[in-house]
Amino acid sequence: MDATLPHPAGGAEHHGEHAKLRGFRAVAWHYLTTTNHKDIGTLYLCFALAMFFFGGLMALGIRAELFQPGLQLVEPEFFNQLTTMHGLVMVFGAIMPAFTGFANWQLPMMIGACDMAFARLNNWSFWLLPPAALLLAASFFTPSGATAAGWTLYAPLSTQQGVGMDMAIFAIHLMGISSIMGAINIITTIINMRAPGMDLMKMPLFCWTWLITAFLLIAVMPVLAGAVTMLLTDRHFGTSFFNAAGGGDPVLYQHIFWFFGHPEVYIMALPGFGIVSTVIPAFSRKPLFGYPSMVYATASIALLSFIVWAHHMFTTGMPVTAILYFMYATMLIAVPTGVKVFNWIATMWRGSMTFETPMLFAIGFVVLFTIGGFTGLVLSIAPLDVQLQDSYYVVAHFHYVLVAGSLFSLFAGVYYWLPKWTGRMYNETLGKAHFWLSMIFFNVTFFVQHFLGLAGMPRRIPDYALQFADFNMVSSVGAFGFGLTQLLFLYVVVNCVRSGKKTTEKRVWEGADTLEWELPTPAPYHSFHTPPKLRWEGHRPIIAAE
Amino acid sequence: MADGGSSETHAHSGVHAHYYVPSPSRWPAYCAGALLLVVTGAVLLFSRILWGALPFAVGFALTAYIAVRWWGDVARESEGGSYKGWEDMSFRWGMAWFIFSEVMFFAAFFGALFYARALSVPDLGGAHSKVVWPGYDAVWPTAGPHFSSAFETIPAFGIPLVNTAILLTSGVTVTWAHWALKLNRRRDLLVALALTIALGACFLALQIHEYQDAYANLNLRLDSGIYGSTFFMLTGFHGMHVTVGTIGLIVIFGRCAAGHFSPDRHFGFEAVAWYWHFVDVVWLFLFVVVYWL
Repeated sequence: MDATLPHPAGGAEHHGEHAKLRGFRAVAWHYLTTTNHKDIGTLYLCFALAMFFFGGLMALGIRAELFQPGLQLVEPEFFNQLTTMHGLVMVFGAIMPAFTGFANWQLPMMIGACDMAFARLNNWSFWLLPPAALLLAASFFTPSGATAAGWTLYAPLSTQQGVGMDMAIFAIHLMGISSIMGAINIITTIINMRAPGMDLMKMPLFCWTWLITAFLLIAVMPVLAGAVTMLLTDRHFGTSFFNAAGGGDPVLYQHIFWFFGHPEVYIMALPGFGIVSTVIPAFSRKPLFGYPSMVYATASIALLSFIVWAHHMFTTGMPVTAILYFMYATMLIAVPTGVKVFNWIATMWRGSMTFETPMLFAIGFVVLFTIGGFTGLVLSIAPLDVQLQDSYYVVAHFHYVLVAGSLFSLFAGVYYWLPKWTGRMYNETLGKAHFWLSMIFFNVTFFVQHFLGLAGMPRRIPDYALQFADFNMVSSVGAFGFGLTQLLFLYVVVNCVRSGKKTTEKRVWEGADTLEWELPTPAPYHSFHTPPKLRWEGHRPIIAAE
Repeated sequence: MADGGSSETHAHSGVHAHYYVPSPSRWPAYCAGALLLVVTGAVLLFSRILWGALPFAVGFALTAYIAVRWWGDVARESEGGSYKGWEDMSFRWGMAWFIFSEVMFFAAFFGALFYARALSVPDLGGAHSKVVWPGYDAVWPTAGPHFSSAFETIPAFGIPLVNTAILLTSGVTVTWAHWALKLNRRRDLLVALALTIALGACFLALQIHEYQDAYANLNLRLDSGIYGSTFFMLTGFHGMHVTVGTIGLIVIFGRCAAGHFSPDRHFGFEAVAWYWHFVDVVWLFLFVVVYWL
């Protein structure tokens, strides 16, 4: 064996530290100390899945209360805690760690690297997350409950609430360190760890989207850290950043938050674009249409994301010139996004398409994300936004891009790569059932929310006027259907890992053409001890024989 | 898979080169646990639960201990020859992006200062605000319309100017140290590093003196409205970074004294030097927009 790479738990005798441990404790110690990108990727994905169900449970609490008008199940204060924590947990606990899990598993295999550039740092990035999740979960049990300021934590609400707010602030600090360290690791891995011949403009688009996402993370997570630090000092040390009495301004918080918040939206979308751009060519049996334009479109979206933040604040109060600027700048984003959607469709055009579960989720992504993009365009129109701000139209919009967008791309990725990771096939019938049920229940839940928003139902309120009752009932039924469907997903994954049909096929999917499919199945614990020598068959890298 | 023997011969082509991947380590996960103790302690203290000081202090001490052990592993691997040109390049990218993240952290606070001076304070002097706070004279520096206690600001061309000179000089001495290391003049290296550390310590001592003066004589405090907030948070975070940089320099001094680093491979030194230049540049911005203008 190679002396420069750490060995799996099976070779425990190599390590004095866990030679004595057996059973569960050995496994726990292994994962606690591991420096292997696949182990850490697995940890990220399992953590994200757990948080997904935690956040989902809170969503069902919200939808249960909104099933009928009037207050039935929860106190209004607790309802606000649920909406706030649902957002925080899904954004920082589920979506972002899930994408980082994919980065950990896939990037080294896709670019021909032995591991991530900073393997120990990688471990730290992950293990910062459980303490943060613990803080968030524990804050429900404090005397004043969890923070109820909305996931955006706007001042002055957030400068007034109880200890749950402090816990959320510290959780954000920890998750922020985790994200920044993870992003530094990813960016360095992609820049410095590519095998010879894996040129920047030849590497899989998933690597490009993560390279740009990592840049966004390093640029804006520290800004969020600054914002919540100001909240903390305003709360406990008498500073006046967000206090007009002291010469500050609550609106300042909104500006700083959304300078983070808008790039954050793309942090949660770009890696999904990468997954979809990998899956669609595989099942269309064609190379990705317009690869360079995909790269430039991704970079354009990222750069534009820094200069459009105040479109979240059209009703806050701004000079008209500023409103016009932010409105037009926001609309510009539709151009590179349109390039992407066009390229995905052009990739499928006249391809030999098959519709396995990953492809279904990828197509579902393209259709529904585009709808979410269009409603975003509607919201970018300032005079319309004045009417729609903080209504269910906004809720519908961002669930189209975050659930049908980010989450569907994650599902596509899981079904696509699970056979490579585990050497076992998932149950295709159940996978397809998971897709169709998700697709139907997602739309049942969220499509009607457009109508609710247009009719004037405000978000984040536990009660509503009678005329909204029918659509809310439909939405709640859909939400419970969607939630139950995800238990099916859990079953499919567990069933695949434990007893799925074994496969040793290197290229599990006929049309898959990125480097990981050149490796044996299941992917070995260490993929590349030394950089592979690559030969290119068109866009497909082949590991040349020694 | 190639064995270790053939790796050296092909190292330049990239193919067959080995990249060092560290063995499993307990320190990252322990560090996460220690940080959980720190923030739990802080949460308790903020809730006026005084025994929160215990987990806070223990967590802090553990974090420091873990940092020593973790970086100790890194130093050992470095001196053991585990890191070659390829790993070195990773460290360079990693440190550069880390400093960029720090730049963005400071940018948030600079942004708050600019926003307050250009928008929120003039707004508070505007026609609408006159109704609420009729007597308010919205002129920078200000503690805001509600906090009436008067304060004085620290003149730029006193201690801050001296501190500017100190930090700029320390930038020169750390570069001197770097050249000494590259030319393998170890004695010069130690002298120049010691000078840099001394200058860092002088800066911090003057900064502490300035804070004492502000609180005791000028009535300038952290809660002096938006001026006190931006002044103390910007200079305070900068001071924390100078402290971290000085500790880094002391560690590098110890490693140099122990014979670590070679004229052509010494990224540990360079990382701290980069960081030192970074806090230097931040200070120049602070001097101009916080003290002077």
